[in-house]
Amino acid sequence: MAVSTRMIIAGCYILLAPIIIGLLDGFDRKISARMQGRKGPSVLQPFYDLKKLFEKEFLTANKTQLFMIRSYLALMILSGIIFFAGFDILLVVFAISTAAMFLILASTATHSPFSSQGTHRELVQMMSCEPMELLVAVGFYLAAGTFNVSDIIAKSSVANIIYLPGFFVGFVFILTIKFRKSPFDISTSHHAHQEVVKGVTAEMVGKEYAMVTLAEWYESAILYGIIGLFFLNNNPLSLIGAIVAALVVWFLEIVIDNTSARVKWQLMLKLAWGVTIIAAGMNLFLLEIIRANS
Amino acid sequence: MELLVTTLICLPFLWAILPALIHNSKCRAFFVYLGCGVVMVLSVITAVQWYLQGGKTLELNLPYQELFNHLFLAGDLFLMCLITYLAFKYKKYYAAVLAIAQTVLVACLEQWGPEVAETVALRFDWLTFVMILIIGVVGSLIGIYAVGYMHGYHIHHHKELTDRRSFFLAMIFVFYGAMFGLVFSQSLIIMYFFWEVTSVTSFLLIGYTRTEEAIANSFKALWMNLLGGCGIAAAITVGYLALHTVNLYEFINIAIGSPSEMICLLPIACLAFAAITKSAQFPFSGWLLGAMVAPTPSSALLHSATMVKAGVYLLIRISTAMADNFVGNMVALIGGFTFLAASCLAITVSDGKKVLAYSTISNLGLIVACTGCGYEETIWAAVFLVIFHAVSKSMLFQCVGAIENTTGSRDIEDMQGLMSIFPKLAFILMVGIAGMFLAPFGMLISKWAALKAFIDTNSVYVSTLMVLFICFGSATTMFYWTKWMSKILGISPREKSRDLTKKNEYISMFVHAIFLVTLILGFPWLSKHVLKPLTHDMYGTFKQVISYQNIIIMIVLLVGIFVIPCINYLFTRNTKAKEVITYMGGANAGDNFNFISSTGDPKEMHIANFYMEDFLGEKKLFTPAIVISSFIIIVYLIIVIGGSF
Repeated sequence: MAVSTRMIIAGCYILLAPIIIGLLDGFDRKISARMQGRKGPSVLQPFYDLKKLFEKEFLTANKTQLFMIRSYLALMILSGIIFFAGFDILLVVFAISTAAMFLILASTATHSPFSSQGTHRELVQMMSCEPMELLVAVGFYLAAGTFNVSDIIAKSSVANIIYLPGFFVGFVFILTIKFRKSPFDISTSHHAHQEVVKGVTAEMVGKEYAMVTLAEWYESAILYGIIGLFFLNNNPLSLIGAIVAALVVWFLEIVIDNTSARVKWQLMLKLAWGVTIIAAGMNLFLLEIIRANS
Repeated sequence: MELLVTTLICLPFLWAILPALIHNSKCRAFFVYLGCGVVMVLSVITAVQWYLQGGKTLELNLPYQELFNHLFLAGDLFLMCLITYLAFKYKKYYAAVLAIAQTVLVACLEQWGPEVAETVALRFDWLTFVMILIIGVVGSLIGIYAVGYMHGYHIHHHKELTDRRSFFLAMIFVFYGAMFGLVFSQSLIIMYFFWEVTSVTSFLLIGYTRTEEAIANSFKALWMNLLGGCGIAAAITVGYLALHTVNLYEFINIAIGSPSEMICLLPIACLAFAAITKSAQFPFSGWLLGAMVAPTPSSALLHSATMVKAGVYLLIRISTAMADNFVGNMVALIGGFTFLAASCLAITVSDGKKVLAYSTISNLGLIVACTGCGYEETIWAAVFLVIFHAVSKSMLFQCVGAIENTTGSRDIEDMQGLMSIFPKLAFILMVGIAGMFLAPFGMLISKWAALKAFIDTNSVYVSTLMVLFICFGSATTMFYWTKWMSKILGISPREKSRDLTKKNEYISMFVHAIFLVTLILGFPWLSKHVLKPLTHDMYGTFKQVISYQNIIIMIVLLVGIFVIPCINYLFTRNTKAKEVITYMGGANAGDNFNFISSTGDPKEMHIANFYMEDFLGEKKLFTPAIVISSFIIIVYLIIVIGGSF
């Protein structure tokens, strides 16, 4: 891939990802509201929220939080650039977890009971997801012979989902954990008025919370991008399939979110690792056998 | 060159006499500093001179080789007598049995066994080059740290113990000498001698305090390492009786030459077994965990620059003979399994030193797995890990030791807000932890290469299992390091107090930190000028392990992780903010540490990390881990031994 194409896509990512994911978030709220028999806020509500948060007075329990949250945002954008510019997918996974480290450090720096609780739950969530994220990269390597996102697309004549159904199932499963949606919204809620005391972000106010939201949007864009990657091949038309797939997964997440009750972290860890081993592990084993025989 | 190498091996042994004889504290400290300095300078000079000569593999003999051979034999017998004496003194007879059996076997073969081809005693190549730098530089820094630490240990903290510092410092020098000898030796007989010296020295260091626990743990270390020594003795026996050589490199060539003959693979299997015990892999992890009872410098020495590194050194040596065969599969599976199991166990403990011990075992597991795979990429990754691990682990142990001396506790739960009371110690701790697992430090690069190589491994079962081990192990590794890191930042309920850390301890720790950063920044250079020639020597091919593009991304990430937080810090430093207290459901008692309890009195709030003891606890996992790993070893050894006859 030419350097200029890479730069254009990366630039699009930086500019468009928050807009697209923000809109999806808006629709998410609307659809959720309709499912619950409410009218729901405007589709643009997430952007209004963001604007309001940025304008709020800056209160903080520990000033070092701010620079760590900014670093979280910056590193998340950097991970996205590596992914959308078509570089190594394994490094993307490593970069995302490095970025997440700053969120963890920011929220524990306050010595607040609620945010510490949320942080440790967040850590359990990260631990539940990470094997599957790494395995997805391994799956693409087995299917396409490379970790490079641009080569994975260029070298595949059919969509890689054909080789990687188990990996796809596992990845969609952990996506609920990644988005912190019910039944796995463990790290962001454990208090009666959840909107105010949101676990890991409990001590983040105003622009800090706005930046965390923004970083989450950037992260979501990468995760939907990986969903799309399962369906992309060297035919440009496959992009439509990829977008449809991402939208289907997005809708599925809303349905799951609205129809399930929160579980305990023990069950989440067991479920996530169980699904990872069964779905992705089996798929991995089969791919290895096919490779050994060919 | 012969002269330099001979000096490098013999000087530490002779220098050990000085601290042993001098009992004046100041005078002894001077000679220990001098000795460490001399060892460091000597190792660097030797390495640099060899590098400047073009980095060609050298085969050399010691001067008066005959005399030395007799000396080694006498040394073996002396060690045997020493172990037997101590074993009888403390009524641990099994240690004596193991020691006598193997030493008598080797000595008899040497005296009356069949004639074998004369071999050149020593060899100097790229791997030796890397190892002598690690031992010389990191090891000596630990020596420097030890002087100050041991002073504080006896004067301030453990007045009840007999002061045997002379003995302790002398043993450290013996350790250097033995390690240098070990990485140079080409003849297995010589290697066996140095191998036994490291086993016995570590046994003596672990038992330093002579408490009941220390004695029990030191004998645990002794019998496990002696069992490993039996592996080398067995390899020597096979060499004498079947293959007519005792040269390590001949063994490797024979094994590569006829991969289907199990008898050729047998000595490699024996050596791999020995190396697994020494690098504390499951089922032999117990000894390294027990080694914690010793004063911190000896833990640092055992965990980073010496001892366990002897095990992985041998595995890296023989890795070419392990590619895609039973021995390689055994080693890879044991390594991968240990990587995962030890990192799960590390989650469940809160003693800082114990977390470090488990993380050493876990990291070594990754290195061992890499060597078992036996491909060029994995050796590249393994050597990288060895270097990074030596520096960061040595630094972390020293730091935790200093924290313990200063605050009186090494429990992670007590390190809340260390950054605000002892910023220097906290900073070193942060750098060390980051070096152990964060992208884009050494671990990441190695994990990347290792994962790629494991996917490409021939055996389907091994490949699948290894990939799963690495993926799950990475997740658990991240968990225990992050939760430690998250404790250090923030505010502390404790008052600021005097930092008792000695100047020389800080010097050693900061030099480590500088080394670590230099290594990270210089990794493309390191890869090109040291690791590539190293793998080229072993495999005869030039292979770009990591693509140019990825090197660029790594550098970008690297700059990102250093520069982004710094810039953000500078930008946000002067942001106006209204300081508020944290949210406690409205029950704050005026600050962030106390809350109004249900009785109406303020109570101190405690925030603890997750330890998941019911889920992954030592009681639940340790025994199954030993059973599973023993099963793997026994099955593969039966295959190899059974196939040989």
